[in-house]
Amino acid sequence: MSKQRLIIIGNGMVGHHLVEQLIACGAPRDYAITVFGEERHIAYDRVHLSEYFSGRDADSLALASADDYAAHGIDLRLHDTVTAIDRDANEVVTESDRHPYDRLVLATGSYPFVPPIPGNDREKCLVYRTLDDLDAIREAAEDATTGVVVGGGLLGLEAANALRGLNLDTAVVEFAPRLMPMQVDAEGGTLLREKIEALGVQVLTDRATQRIEAGETSFHRMVFQDDKMLETDLIVFSAGIRPRDQLARDCALEIGERGGVVIDDRCLTSDPAILAVGEVALWNQSIFGLVAPGYQMAKVAAATLTEGDATFTGADMSTKLKLLGVDVGAIGDAHGDRTPGARTFRYLDELKQEYRKLVVSSDGKKLLGAMLVGDNATYDTLMQYYANGLALPDDPASLILPSSEGAPTLGPDALPDTATLCSCHNVTKGDVCATLDAGALDLASVKDETRASTGCGGCAALLKSVVDHELAARGVEVDQSICEHFAHTRQELYSLVRVEGIKTFSELLEKHGTTAGHGLGSSSAPKLGCDICKPAVASILAACFNEPITDAAHVPLQDTNDTFMANMQKNGTYSVVPRIPGGEITPEKLIVLGEVGKKYGLYTKITGGQRVDLFGAQLHQLPDIWGELIEAGFETGHAYGKATRTVKSCVGSTWCRYGVQDSVGMAIRLEERYKGLRSPHKLKFAVSGCTRECAEAQSKDVGVIATEHGWNLYVCGNGGMRPRHAELFATDLDDEQLIRTIDRFLMFYIRTADRLQRTSVWRENLEGGLDYLKDVVLDDSLGLGDELEAQMQHVIDTYECEWANTLSNPEKLKRFRTFVNDSRPDPDIIATEERGQLRPA
Amino acid sequence: MSTATAIPPTQTRTWQTLCARDDLVAHSGVAAWLDGTDTQVALLYLPGRTPEIYAVANHDPFSNANVIARGIVGDIKGEPVIASPLYKQHFRLSDGVCVEDESVHLRTWEVKIDGDRVMIRV
Ligand code: SRM
Ligand SMILES: Cc1cc2nc3c(=O)[nH]c(=O)nc-3n(C[C@H](O)[C@H](O)[C@H](O)COP(=O)(O)OP(=O)(O)OC[C@H]3O[C@@H](n4cnc5c(N)ncnc54)[C@H](O)[C@@H]3O)c2cc1C
Ligand code: SF4
Ligand code: FES
Repeated sequence: MSKQRLIIIGNGMVGHHLVEQLIACGAPRDYAITVFGEERHIAYDRVHLSEYFSGRDADSLALASADDYAAHGIDLRLHDTVTAIDRDANEVVTESDRHPYDRLVLATGSYPFVPPIPGNDREKCLVYRTLDDLDAIREAAEDATTGVVVGGGLLGLEAANALRGLNLDTAVVEFAPRLMPMQVDAEGGTLLREKIEALGVQVLTDRATQRIEAGETSFHRMVFQDDKMLETDLIVFSAGIRPRDQLARDCALEIGERGGVVIDDRCLTSDPAILAVGEVALWNQSIFGLVAPGYQMAKVAAATLTEGDATFTGADMSTKLKLLGVDVGAIGDAHGDRTPGARTFRYLDELKQEYRKLVVSSDGKKLLGAMLVGDNATYDTLMQYYANGLALPDDPASLILPSSEGAPTLGPDALPDTATLCSCHNVTKGDVCATLDAGALDLASVKDETRASTGCGGCAALLKSVVDHELAARGVEVDQSICEHFAHTRQELYSLVRVEGIKTFSELLEKHGTTAGHGLGSSSAPKLGCDICKPAVASILAACFNEPITDAAHVPLQDTNDTFMANMQKNGTYSVVPRIPGGEITPEKLIVLGEVGKKYGLYTKITGGQRVDLFGAQLHQLPDIWGELIEAGFETGHAYGKATRTVKSCVGSTWCRYGVQDSVGMAIRLEERYKGLRSPHKLKFAVSGCTRECAEAQSKDVGVIATEHGWNLYVCGNGGMRPRHAELFATDLDDEQLIRTIDRFLMFYIRTADRLQRTSVWRENLEGGLDYLKDVVLDDSLGLGDELEAQMQHVIDTYECEWANTLSNPEKLKRFRTFVNDSRPDPDIIATEERGQLRPA
Repeated sequence: MSTATAIPPTQTRTWQTLCARDDLVAHSGVAAWLDGTDTQVALLYLPGRTPEIYAVANHDPFSNANVIARGIVGDIKGEPVIASPLYKQHFRLSDGVCVEDESVHLRTWEVKIDGDRVMIRV
């Protein structure tokens, strides 16, 4: 029997999922499948589209490769638009050809709605839906300084974030009186607006744009209903989406009043040869603008095409989002206007800027909906109450009231087997348990088997907690070993070292390492450790005992940067960064830096950490260079270590007209105190002399800002890959209180963090959150205060400049030879001149 | 594949002194020149194990920098390896093969410690 011809129009997220589902049920045996995609790219993860601006490329967003399609004999035609469907001839028409079909699926998704405003077709008026759209935005942003997003809904705010990321001064213009009118109410909207404005995004609500014309100071001028104006260089329209149903209209399939191809429970359109799935489909008067319902439709459609039986019964539109870093969650009937007699509970904290609302049934037993702004910590739990119809606690308000134990959680235990954990792939707790019973032993295999948490990713935390819990219940230890050499976490290794006073890696490996023996190679030989456990243990030993890392027992454990106390560059040379506490430096010392740079031909740069970096030294030059620097009074700057880096300062009250405390003095005091401290990851500090915050303390692990009465302390901030604002930890501390608090905070971090976990990530994973941290550090709830301070004092008392220590020891200096049998430099290191300095050729 | 040399290599292979035992750093690496060539060798010294010394090329094929000797020595399932200090690929010390990409390998040499001297066979 010859195969039936199946054509799928659209290779977006849902069209692709349909292909996957068809493959899974063996459809390629019975169907010759052809897929048409208008875009140049194979189906990609549109949900995470914005990450295209924050480091991901088209390849990493792709959901499959052309080879995957070919491997199953599926004919994928990208960049090939279907222009018409000829239902009489059973053919689809493309620009160049006609293709017969037996069955046809519309998966054409939707398009961004651009309001009919005169001037909306001007250059640099763009939309936000495809990779190509983002390329166009990026290009337009190149010579722009300002941008406006028209539309303050979910996608509009996401677009606004992208514009901000492109360094544009960004504004959002919304027609409705508040942002995200679909998801939040007036109170939530006000809060959301405040939070977004605080990020520097201008928010204009209640604004209808009348026309767009050439601007005077910028490229465009937008004119609003009241003749007010806004000038901007580029405009992104994000005023909602509309189903791409034109093909269906043209061939007279049934279309909804406000658009969308009408489908039944089996995803069939009014022509039973044709199906529709995803955002183009209208089921029961609703369009579902989310990926999870689309995936469910794809599953149903695959069943329909292969004579399976599955029906689409609607989908939940609950959403959990982080928009411009602001948590927003909407569950079920969030507005409480769909169920008569529903009662609401609301909690608003204007200081912390959090808003939570519960909508419960008239008898108070069931959760009908919820709305969250500012903090989604309770989302997962509320979602479970809602989705599984669990009976609410006697006092439902307790679910949204702040409590000292942090957000209430519904333990994995309390969930029934029917509880849906992953709505994208429709995976229940029962499914997860079944895979575990069938032998899956970890999270990764559960994901592989069930595909849970491989869609939008929103269920990741919940899935992990269920898997961990169920594994534990089955007596399986969840493996959190740091590496194959130790069946321990970093925290456990830290305690072993502390409690047993273990002072070397070899002793720790001997006493607590996994037993030698299995595997290939020289099986009876003792294990050596590896590049994961060695540096981790080296860091623990340094934090506990602070012996020089260059001592014979410790040197083989260090990463190359620590071994040679300099940062290795891409060509194998090193950089030299002396400590310049607080960024304060005498002219004499500056001259020495200049002289050393000149003498050794080093590229010289001012760093982002208020000091000077000298690049391009060869290994054998390091001792000479450091000899001269130490002679002039410099010390090592630990730019190479997971250790205290810099304490940035502003000029503060000594010079600045606004300064209220001596920020330079405090920065130097802190840097002198914590220099040499090794920790799970690097530590950065800053001290600002007043709230203008010129030292950017709120982006540091430890940030200090002067007040009239003392110092405010901020902790767990981060720049880098994923910036995080530091959180206010304590206010108006005097000098001694400040130092004691930082001592405890840092030692508690060193004791409990994972390897290579910065304070920001540690804090985010800390059970109990900031409140718990305050309890431990400020209120000494664990009674650890004195111990932590004493441990810090030991590190401070045993500080010694590592470079000075090394220079005084000929045995250690032997290590600093490029070649042990020859004094030639490495001939492969070639430099060329640029802007008057040397750089690697 | 290296091109054939005029004299078959097996016949000219001799042990040659590379450096002193004292030049080695226990549980870690140092680099040395191979006499009269433009080849750099990384020597990894694992006292207490058999064999106690390995020689692999110092040139890191991934970064093109001469840095292998400055990586961390360890083992993967008992098999001794060195991690490149730049991009952290692991190379087996026994045959130089890269664990992450078996199509790449470092050249290896026979080495031994003879009294105070480190000898290499070339
Ligand atoms: C030299 C410098 C850039 C400059 O020319 O200004 C620099 C250079 C390097 N940074 Fe940085 N960072 C420098 C300031 C910063 C800053 C700004 C600051 O500290 O105020 C940041 C963002 C703030 C932060 O860390 O939160 C920064 C965030 C990073 C990150 C990302 C960290 C994160 O948590 O996401 C890395 C990668 C890492 O550590 O894993 C990194 C890693 C590196 C490394 C060490 C990469 C490497 O492993 O080779 C660079 C080598 C330096 C060298 O060879 O000497 N550097 N780096 C700055 C040295 C400051 C200093 O005096 O010590
Ligand atoms: C920035 C952004 C963020 C989002 N965030 C989320 C989120 O957090 N959670 C969530 O659930 N959803 C989110 N969504 C929505 C989600 O991406 C969509 O629900 C999903 O992509 C719908 O899939 P689809 O296949 O129906 O449509 P699409 O993914 O749009 O795919 C349709 C494809 O069909 C092609 N096509 C159309 N007409 C033709 C034709 N005539 N011939 C050939 N090809 C054609 C189109 O070019 C397109 O590639 C987001 C969307 C965007 C844009
Ligand atoms: S933070 Fe305040 S004191 Fe410091 S330089 Fe800026 S304005 Fe002056
Ligand atoms: S809910 Fe989207 S991946 Fe699980």
